[in-house]
Amino acid sequence: MSGHSTYEPKTGFERWLDMRLPIIRMASDTILTFPTPKNLNYWWTFGGVLSVMLAIQIVTGIVLAMHYVAHVHYAFNSVQRIMRDVNYGWLIRNLHATGASMFFLAVYIHIFRNLYYGSYKAPREVLWILGCIIYLLMIITAFMGYVLPWGQMSFHGAVVITNLLGAFPIVGNAITTWLWGGFAVDDPTLNRFFSLHYLLPFVIAGVVALHIWALHVPGNNNPTGVNVKSKEDTVPFHPYYTVKDGFGISVFLIMYAVFVFYLPGALGDVVNNVKANPLQTPQHIVPEWYLLPFYAILRAVPNKLMGVILMFGAIATLFVLPWLDTSKVRSMRYRPTARLYYFIFILACLVLGLCGAHAPDDLVIPGVAGPQLLDSDINSYVWLSRIGGLYYFAYFWVITPLLGLTETPLPAPESISSPVLSHPASAPSGAVASPEKRG
Amino acid sequence: MADTVAGANPDTHLSGDDPNRRDFIHIAAGVAAVGLAGGLAWPLIDQMNPAGDTLALASIEFDLSKVVEGQQVVVKWRGKPLFVRYRTPKEIAAAIKDDHADLRDPATDESRHKPGKAQYLVLIGVCTHLGCVPSFGQGEYGGWLCPCHGSVYDTSGRIRKGPAPLNLAVPDYAFLSDTKVKVG
Repeated sequence: MSGHSTYEPKTGFERWLDMRLPIIRMASDTILTFPTPKNLNYWWTFGGVLSVMLAIQIVTGIVLAMHYVAHVHYAFNSVQRIMRDVNYGWLIRNLHATGASMFFLAVYIHIFRNLYYGSYKAPREVLWILGCIIYLLMIITAFMGYVLPWGQMSFHGAVVITNLLGAFPIVGNAITTWLWGGFAVDDPTLNRFFSLHYLLPFVIAGVVALHIWALHVPGNNNPTGVNVKSKEDTVPFHPYYTVKDGFGISVFLIMYAVFVFYLPGALGDVVNNVKANPLQTPQHIVPEWYLLPFYAILRAVPNKLMGVILMFGAIATLFVLPWLDTSKVRSMRYRPTARLYYFIFILACLVLGLCGAHAPDDLVIPGVAGPQLLDSDINSYVWLSRIGGLYYFAYFWVITPLLGLTETPLPAPESISSPVLSHPASAPSGAVASPEKRG
Repeated sequence: MADTVAGANPDTHLSGDDPNRRDFIHIAAGVAAVGLAGGLAWPLIDQMNPAGDTLALASIEFDLSKVVEGQQVVVKWRGKPLFVRYRTPKEIAAAIKDDHADLRDPATDESRHKPGKAQYLVLIGVCTHLGCVPSFGQGEYGGWLCPCHGSVYDTSGRIRKGPAPLNLAVPDYAFLSDTKVKVG
């Protein structure tokens, strides 16, 4: 999409089309000849994994919509019918429901890879922000999709999340009523969630196109974080990364298949196998695993509005990250101190996830009643989530800006090629420069 | 912009940065387009608000003789649970005793039932935190405990502990006879 195009139409038809709609040229420049840093590791295959997951979700979703009935009286039963009676319905629904989890797993790895190698830094800020928008759209889409089977957790999850918006002063109640289309989560709510759940994946696909466009302007970052200096630093996307990504995607799909065929219920909540009952709340409401850290932040704060603001703030923070990071060095390979804080950050996210899955008053170490601190036992999950939440925000707003100014990074290599070339043993003599050109 | 048209279409009123007729028509067209877009957007936004039939189903009648002393009956009203309680004298006394306790959302017990009908408490059974349905007969104040995030309500439905900001709401209702109420 940028830079010099190397596509040469070979047939008469290609030449004719290229003058009118250079679509083959675009595909060739983005997928085949696009110059890609030659040192990308397997953490970089998750972009490809995510494209595949989006495609799978859209295809299986369209098929499910052919059998699903968006009505409070029929929704639950129509999903049961898909699982039992529709030909291969069980497969398609398991692919879709488990696929949502796999989609989030891949997006989290993709985001954490980005944080580690500093890919969000200049000149890739817009690329990063587009990614944040995709992530936000994914959360909204997944939430609405989870409501559709109309089980107990679907219903009460929807109640809790839509009530979050009621926390805002003055306009809160008007917003929730507007969102519900009534005075509670009911048929109008289910219908509009279905409509939007069908729409948003296509919006995501649109933003993905922008995301890829924004990727192809500066090109890929790479594990060293050093800019591409010459043609020697890159290889064409095909066959190098089509093959590498193809292998990574295959391994990922095998893991996905294990869940689809052997553990389809492992990632969901059994309570959702009970039809929604507005008059009875399940004992313990939890969102799907991929939203647990944000749920923990919400519950860590005793004030409803503050909890909601912090929860949204946790996602909003991501958008401004490129301007919070003061470090000139992109990759944490050369930032040992930052690396330490980064791994604690991953730990904090996992701990927050754990907290989100437990009731706030549960004891972290069972059987040990600690001293009471303010409103809760110090050994409770509510205090653990406060510590985790504090670190989450401190990492972005305090540690990241200060570290860039105070740390001493290790020397980064001159170029992508130099660390390889400085070890003669790693490049056997007589190695071919461009094996892809040798048939 | 004014400069470029000045030569082609001399305007004696033209001076410096003063808006001329072409600027005016430009701005007027812009305002009209924005107004039109806003006018078209509103129906698309407002269609999501409660529809006429949803609003029409907004009131119910309930026979209080179905509730035994000490019990609670849950009925559905506007898609939400409605708690109808027949309180024991002990529970009423406990509620009155706490009228001047340290309450987050101060309200006397008297303001939460109809005059002379202290035994009947009609409440919207939706936790004011995030909308879960509180469980009856649990929590340390003898009222309700919300299973989701641990809000505790007393025998008057007032918030006593936990994250919820407000008391359980009292809906608009009226006694049609001694044992019949109309809610909504």
